[in-house]
Amino acid sequence: MNYWPLIGIALVVIGFALRFNPLLVVAAAAIVTGLLGGMDFLKVLGTLGHGFNENRYVTITYIVLPVIGILERYGLQQRARALIGRMRAATTGRILIGYLAFRQLLAAVGLISVAGPAQTVRPLVAPMAEAAAEKQHGKLDEETSELVKAMSAATDNVGVFFGEDIFLAIASILLIQGSLKSFGIELTPFQLSVWAIPTAICAFLIHGARLLMLDRRLGRRAK
Amino acid sequence: MINLHSLYVLAGAVFASFAISSARDATNQKRWGNTAFWGLIAASFWFGDFLGDIGNGVLVLALVAIAGTNLLGKGSRPSTASEEREALSEKLGNKLFLPALIIPFTAFVGTLVFNYTALKGSGLIDPKSVTLVLLGVGMTIALVVCYTWLRPPVMAPVDEGGRLADSIGWALVLPQMLASLGAIFAAAGVGTTIGAFASAIIPHGSIFLAVVLYALGMVVFTMIMGNAFAAFPVMAAAIGVPILIHADGGNPAVIGAVGMLAGFCGTLMTPMAANFNIVPAALLELKNQYGVIRAQVPTALPLLVVNILILYIAGFHL
Repeated sequence: MNYWPLIGIALVVIGFALRFNPLLVVAAAAIVTGLLGGMDFLKVLGTLGHGFNENRYVTITYIVLPVIGILERYGLQQRARALIGRMRAATTGRILIGYLAFRQLLAAVGLISVAGPAQTVRPLVAPMAEAAAEKQHGKLDEETSELVKAMSAATDNVGVFFGEDIFLAIASILLIQGSLKSFGIELTPFQLSVWAIPTAICAFLIHGARLLMLDRRLGRRAK
Repeated sequence: MINLHSLYVLAGAVFASFAISSARDATNQKRWGNTAFWGLIAASFWFGDFLGDIGNGVLVLALVAIAGTNLLGKGSRPSTASEEREALSEKLGNKLFLPALIIPFTAFVGTLVFNYTALKGSGLIDPKSVTLVLLGVGMTIALVVCYTWLRPPVMAPVDEGGRLADSIGWALVLPQMLASLGAIFAAAGVGTTIGAFASAIIPHGSIFLAVVLYALGMVVFTMIMGNAFAAFPVMAAAIGVPILIHADGGNPAVIGAVGMLAGFCGTLMTPMAANFNIVPAALLELKNQYGVIRAQVPTALPLLVVNILILYIAGFHL
């Protein structure tokens, strides 16, 4: 067994830890791994280029940036804040719990790219969470504002990750089905996706509890 | 038929507009670096299929060279000031949400309508990429609505989009780069090697320990590869199928489904899953590029424990 290509993994870990430019780290790791794995340089370059070209769909979601940008120019974030400012019962935790449920349910019916960091978190969810935090807490210091924004993005991820596998035709369920089939184990997507439900419920409870704790923390610091 | 490739033409145009925006931005000292960077991505969307593998590889190296030699910058071009935005937001009111909601609404309703009506068989849209295509359609509708309702300066969407793209910078293309690293890892046999490691250290006799190692293996390997999809086939082959399912008689549906979900706990904790963890930090302009990961770890770890318990109890005792 050729263990040398594992050096590529070490390069990635060290490069990220030392905070070199991640694109540079990834490219260096790719080339080193390929060469140590016995490919010649042109083969490595071709594999890298092929992989990049095949995965262009990953970068598609940023086509929404011009629309989000123009709406921000006309005060979208301020509007999102104002809306929350008028709701007396709105707290950061409650807003994010609502969004968590919404995101999990949408993902569970297979709608993954309808929301996301560019589509919903930056223009709507994060400004709303921040506005609510300001009501609870008064003016936010930098650390608290970073925490509220980071929790908004985190809530988006938890929601989509632990909702999507409930949907039958999602890529990860099909991958599990396909992998097990290659070992002669035949399962239907339905048999697999029902077992995503207990974890989805626990994810909602655990992350929801953390959001309520965030509310308590925001309320406490205000005094 | 509208498929992913039609969408790539649109995406190429959007990235070309970012390049134009950067070129126009005299306040950005590194504007030509940004112009070249977004221009190359536009070229990749438009001409990627004609460049050949080596050509695409050279394009990737050029992107890396621009980002790695610190040739990307941000401008300080005036948009509307925040008092001005406050006033506009009061004047325009909650209607301002409508164009923002057009995009998710089109994708949502469009996908449902497409999947549950005769449209599915009509060949109008490629069924494999319906939601992404509808995202493009929604974006176009929203842009037209913004132009006709708000009547911004003609170049405003270009400049505002470019401003956001510049603030994300290199992180925008990192997820795609990591996907190509995955291709190299696969070609060099990294997965098989790790799988061999995992099956070498597995203890015999204790089902619980084997379950723990399977789940932790999914987490660690997912953190290295940046996604659970790469980890699953390897860990299934190393531990899941031969030990948990065949030797110990575990329920295959549970081992498969919950094993994958254990991997998702790893996705929450790794910078390698850049589109979920690094890009949002850039989009929200966080000071700490690992801020989102820090916010996720306290959810990921207890959830991992829960997944291990579900694997053990539902997999072997129900």
